[in-house]
Amino acid sequence: MNYLDETFRVKVGLAEMLKGGVIMDVTDARQAEIAEKAGASAVMALERVPADIRKEGGVARMAAIRKIREIMANTSIPVMAKCRIGHIAEARVLEALEVDFIDESEVLTPADEEHHVDKRAFRVPFVCGCRNLGEALRRIAEGAAMIRTKGEAGSGNIVEAVRHIRTVVREMKQITVLGREELMAEAKRLQAPLELVEYVHEHGKLPVPNFSAGGVATPADAALVRQLGAEAVFVGSGIFKSSDPETRAKAIVKATTHFDDPKAVLEASEELGEAMPGLDIRQMDESQLLQTRGW
Amino acid sequence: MKTVGVLALQGDFEAHAGAFARAGARAAEVRTVEQLEAVDALVIPGGESTTMLKLMSYYGLFEPLKAFAAAKPVFGTCAGAILLAGEVLNPPQASLNVLDMTIERNAYGRQLASHVARLRGHALDGDAELEAVFIRAPIIRRVGDSGKILATHNGDPVLVDFGRHLVATFHPELTQDSRVHKLFLRKVEAR
Repeated sequence: MNYLDETFRVKVGLAEMLKGGVIMDVTDARQAEIAEKAGASAVMALERVPADIRKEGGVARMAAIRKIREIMANTSIPVMAKCRIGHIAEARVLEALEVDFIDESEVLTPADEEHHVDKRAFRVPFVCGCRNLGEALRRIAEGAAMIRTKGEAGSGNIVEAVRHIRTVVREMKQITVLGREELMAEAKRLQAPLELVEYVHEHGKLPVPNFSAGGVATPADAALVRQLGAEAVFVGSGIFKSSDPETRAKAIVKATTHFDDPKAVLEASEELGEAMPGLDIRQMDESQLLQTRGW
Repeated sequence: MKTVGVLALQGDFEAHAGAFARAGARAAEVRTVEQLEAVDALVIPGGESTTMLKLMSYYGLFEPLKAFAAAKPVFGTCAGAILLAGEVLNPPQASLNVLDMTIERNAYGRQLASHVARLRGHALDGDAELEAVFIRAPIIRRVGDSGKILATHNGDPVLVDFGRHLVATFHPELTQDSRVHKLFLRKVEAR
């Protein structure tokens, strides 16, 4: 694919504008207003936050159109929405609705266990999750304009987000020191296109912004993933499943901007109420994990 | 060499720092009042203007930024242009009120209306067309007497020179063309 392609640059352009910010999950216009007032750089419109999807079970689908419309009508910042992995028709509906970004997300129940959406065929930009560099490069090859490490959505536990961002950053570093003749074998190992492996070899980073998601519950969590290399932060259940969403939303925005200033993160962490309850990933059954959806 | 600060609260501040490096200048990220005091000029980048406004108010940057703009050059792109405008529409919102102009947020529409345009008839160096990337861009609806329009797109001003200051509704930092950044650097070096 051509990274100088105009449509692709316009898609990546919006991802660039979201850097350094916090993208917050919201389920109605009131939450969207709280998010925007706290300083969110975008909102993700969905029907249930991941913690509730996990609790209630069943099939999780694209949100009700009425809900997404209501959120779009009541915010001035970009609105994202999720489609199921491989659900081309849901993605087309969201594009027709003119959402600003589509998240082809493992948080929803996959529609296709083999194929992701061919995102190059769309004019709306897509973000996709990954757990490692190979997965990130496959999604970019399909046309994703933004990558977010998956973490474990709805867990309130940062450990998986840390594992995934560290893995992607480490794998990129390793590629930069390889010789050119080693890149084909690396592409084979990563199951990713050679030209994207070459891009990482040359630039030491992905050709699209690299954000973090899945498990951020506190200002310090947000600062942590930023310090590890995430360029912005998605917060799902962490805000509206806490005891004081407004204060927590503001605090996470502050800590994301000033991630490398411990005093600012300290100040943001003062006087917060209860964080969302968390889950111990090690005590979870493999089948409960959302991160293993997609490949 | 003078140092250009890039307001790094949120948005594409790294892209601006890279663009200034390509144009041969020194750039520094600015997140605090202390960092602001150490730079000779400031860029307010693209991003979300509402987010930047919140962060300015959380950290008491609003008045220091106004005072900075009263004395030193400021360059605003997209969200930065919105923050510098005297009047903001869609919806009306607070701003630093530095420049005599009216600007409408997201005036082309949502992301699907984002586009790349090739502008001719601009007042920049050389005749080469100017590649302009518009991302959920605003439109400048009125320019006061102090503004000189340097480029237009569909008849709307998109690059305006306000003497010490400069605004663009597009993103020169997302292209390899350094002419807009060099124009701002000439303002910085002239002081």
